Amino acid sequence: MTTAISRDDVLHLAQLSNLQLSDDEITALQTDLGNILDYVAQLSELDTSGVEPTYQVTDLENVWRQDEIQPVDAGREQLLALAPQQQDHQIKVPKVL
Amino acid sequence: MTVISDFTNSSAVDNVKKAIAAAKENESFHALLSLSEERALERAALVDKGEVTGRLAGVPFVAKDNFMTFGGTTTAASHFLEQFEAPLQATAIERLEAEGAICIGKTNLDAFAHGGSTENSAFGPTLNSADPTRVAGGSSGGSAVATALGVVPFAIGTDTGGSIRQPASFNGVVGVKPTYGTVSRYGVVAMASSTDTIGCFATTAHDAELVMDIMAGRDDRDMTTLPDFFAPAEAPAVQKVGVIKEFMTDDVDAGVRRQVTTYIESLKAAGHTVEEVSMSMLKYALAMYYIIVPAEISSNLSRYDGVRYGKRAEVNNLSDLYGKSRDEGFMPENKRRIMIGSYVLSSGYFDAYYLQAQKARTLLINEFNELFKTYDVLVGPVAPTPAFKLGENTADPVKMYLADIMTVPASLAGLPAISVPAGTTDEGLPVGVQLIGQRRDDAKLLALAASLEGAA
Repeated sequence: MTTAISRDDVLHLAQLSNLQLSDDEITALQTDLGNILDYVAQLSELDTSGVEPTYQVTDLENVWRQDEIQPVDAGREQLLALAPQQQDHQIKVPKVL
Repeated sequence: MTVISDFTNSSAVDNVKKAIAAAKENESFHALLSLSEERALERAALVDKGEVTGRLAGVPFVAKDNFMTFGGTTTAASHFLEQFEAPLQATAIERLEAEGAICIGKTNLDAFAHGGSTENSAFGPTLNSADPTRVAGGSSGGSAVATALGVVPFAIGTDTGGSIRQPASFNGVVGVKPTYGTVSRYGVVAMASSTDTIGCFATTAHDAELVMDIMAGRDDRDMTTLPDFFAPAEAPAVQKVGVIKEFMTDDVDAGVRRQVTTYIESLKAAGHTVEEVSMSMLKYALAMYYIIVPAEISSNLSRYDGVRYGKRAEVNNLSDLYGKSRDEGFMPENKRRIMIGSYVLSSGYFDAYYLQAQKARTLLINEFNELFKTYDVLVGPVAPTPAFKLGENTADPVKMYLADIMTVPASLAGLPAISVPAGTTDEGLPVGVQLIGQRRDDAKLLALAASLEGAA
């Protein structure tokens, strides 16, 4: 089985993934993604009818805590300082529109 | 190599200086990305004054660079976080520090822990401790090599699909991937949340047990942590051991098989019962893993947007800011995994890939559960080969993934699994044997390993 991945498929996945790729990357990913999907496609031969999926393996269910404000390690100024650009105690980004 | 007790009766400042000197002497292996000398010496002075005491008082260690620590950067070996200085410390680090341990630096990894060789690091690969023309293994390659070179007596890392066990095997040290939920992941860069675990490297099973005992336990800041259960176990009497047949076929390197067989003989000689077991789902585990894990990665790594922290590309609008920052900040393997994740989660493919993988995962877990009704521990190699050559697998992602084929099953099932040194191949390359136990049997596995140290 061969999973054909077109250039448009790569561009669509890149858009879903918020990645602006270079042309070289797109070409390489077309091959790599196709090969990886070929490999994982072998799961289709398994009969899983009536099998429940496993999303987590802890056996824990609904771990509750009180809805109370807890102190945090880092302060507002310290977190703001991590942002590439700040202004007036806010994180600055380029214009949206 | 060194053990923890080499450091417990001497000055902490001397210990730190010694470890930092050893790190600098071994710089050519590129195990460490940064040293936190200033903070380490400050902490050491507190220990020497008696202001910090504990079971690891004055013992130096290194942490994989995806653990948030004070005293330097936390890069996840990525351009994205190249300048990132963590505003908090991981719970695992806090617990080790509370017992007097001193973090002297941060170790190399595949960027964001995506890989099995440490070649995906944005800052260049780590070299194997036994043969510098070969890979360290990964993704926690730097931690394994620093331990194997004797820079520190223990190191910490993360294991999502083999990232502690496989480099431990490639470098001849003990590597522990605990039961899912044993150690809090608070303050650790997330990869795949349903299989991410935190564990350690050490040169003896006894040292590894001490480190795990300190790090383990419930943490309100990671709601997936299990109620406290980890407690040092007695050396087991007679264990019923299952040797996994599918891991010992002719496809596996002959030197690896020979060393694992020798270890199995020593289990028999120690009085344990050994039988061959078979698992029909093992051949599907890698395919499950490379659907489920990229799906979780695509979600977890969406937080790297260039807005609040980390790398921001020079652009003029917000849409380019996301797209360009992520293109520049991620390595090729990060992008492959994110995009595979986007694919298997997208409408039209979700049922065929993601849901099918999670159902197959149930079948794999059922098979493990069935075996653990009869057997206490399952045994096999950690990886199908010893350390491979640098560059040997980098052109072919699927070939690189195949190095994880024996470690991902325990990860998908949340089981504890450890890598124990089992000698070397004729070329002198270390080989590890993998012991897999039932959930919460972590300490029993380590006790079994400890009882056989020196015997194999």
